[in-house]
Amino acid sequence: MTSAGRVGVVFVSHSERIAEGLVDLARQMAPTAALVAAGGTDDGRIGTSFDRVNTAIGEADAGAGVVVLCDLGSAILTAETVLDFLDDEQRGRVRIVDAPLVEGGVAASVAAESGAPLEEVVRAAESARGSGPPGAGVGEAGAAATAVEATPASTTHARRITLQNADGLHARPAAELVKLATTFPQRVTVNGTDAKSLLSIMALGLVKGDEVEIASSDPDGAAAVDALAELAASGFGEA
Amino acid sequence: MGLDINWAVDWVRRSADVVSEHRVELINLDREIGDGDHGENMDRGFQAVLPKLDDLPAGSTPGDVLKLVATTLISTVGGAAGPLYGTAYLRASSAVGGEVSLDGNAVAALLQAGRDGIVARGKAESGDKTMVDAWTPAVDAAASAAAGGADAAAVLRAAADAAAAGAVATEPLVARKGRASYLGERSAGHRDPGAQSSALLLEAAAEAASNGTSA
Ligand SMILES: [Mg+2]
Repeated sequence: MTSAGRVGVVFVSHSERIAEGLVDLARQMAPTAALVAAGGTDDGRIGTSFDRVNTAIGEADAGAGVVVLCDLGSAILTAETVLDFLDDEQRGRVRIVDAPLVEGGVAASVAAESGAPLEEVVRAAESARGSGPPGAGVGEAGAAATAVEATPASTTHARRITLQNADGLHARPAAELVKLATTFPQRVTVNGTDAKSLLSIMALGLVKGDEVEIASSDPDGAAAVDALAELAASGFGEA
Repeated sequence: MGLDINWAVDWVRRSADVVSEHRVELINLDREIGDGDHGENMDRGFQAVLPKLDDLPAGSTPGDVLKLVATTLISTVGGAAGPLYGTAYLRASSAVGGEVSLDGNAVAALLQAGRDGIVARGKAESGDKTMVDAWTPAVDAAASAAAGGADAAAVLRAAADAAAAGAVATEPLVARKGRASYLGERSAGHRDPGAQSSALLLEAAAEAASNGTSA
């Protein structure tokens, strides 16, 4: 099973089609993660179903935890009720995250795809809460970016490349960059923004022809910087 | 005289009847300030409980009936009412434990546990224009009736009357919780459907108690 040991993501919506659409959307950037739709009532009407949510959490849970995202208030009530009925052990690794369903769901799915642990997937979803420029009030990633910007002199490795691919750093290319960044323990930035935060990277709005600085202030960050720079320079496999 | 399993079963049957009777009214109340599904959802939920009553094993207690209602509503009511009422009945079931016969104090405790469950689940406060605005006056009235030595039937009567008044009193309120809160000021002037269904259910409880079905 490809998703074994990874965090799963459950989309709870009043609408079956919204939940399934969200899985389709997130699937583009997280092709192998356990993404499960739990939309509509048992007979497919508008509403939420205890059994569907319960089953979805079971399907999404490979032991590493599950992040549950909900649309409207009563979806949260249903999800919370499901959690009440889980055994203590499983309940401990299921998190209902208060985050925008679309952006939070995509961010969580990409983090889950990369094999990030539960807390990191939760943070990825929560990073979608804030609006505004990257690094400004978008949770821990933003706070960390600000801290780094305060000490720019400590950057030890940096490479500048020009984006070649048609999409720039958006959608799939952004997800690939983030996925690669999360495989390195060191912190790496793209134009000062945390390379592990999908939403922050996408919010940079970098397009074809833009110059990008990939940098790390970590003494061991050179390999990560090189890997990300090479991926970006390669055009992400696009024409 | 305490209330036993027969009262609990009768309460459920009367609840199913009254919810069916008022189905359209609840739909209309919910349509005015919500999504219009409350009457249908509640009707489906209680109709799903009815056949399960026949499968209750001999020796079942009022708490068992409440638990059956809880799990059935949770799994069959698609809207917020499912988890909210489900949690209420579940907490009420725990509050009465395995008691075979409920006196006035036990009924007051049952109602309070139910209300506390709704508050815990929905995080609504009094005045938010939700079912809490029917339940909290009912719980208060039940507590003072029980403290005054009222029997179980009288406690339920006091609770039902207070819930009915509480539901009416939601009309001028501006909703601060649930779907109706999206309407803001426009939610004023309409009775909250959840408060109304709560009043109907507590009225059914009082009628079941006064109808001599208790031991
Ligand atoms: Mg409704």
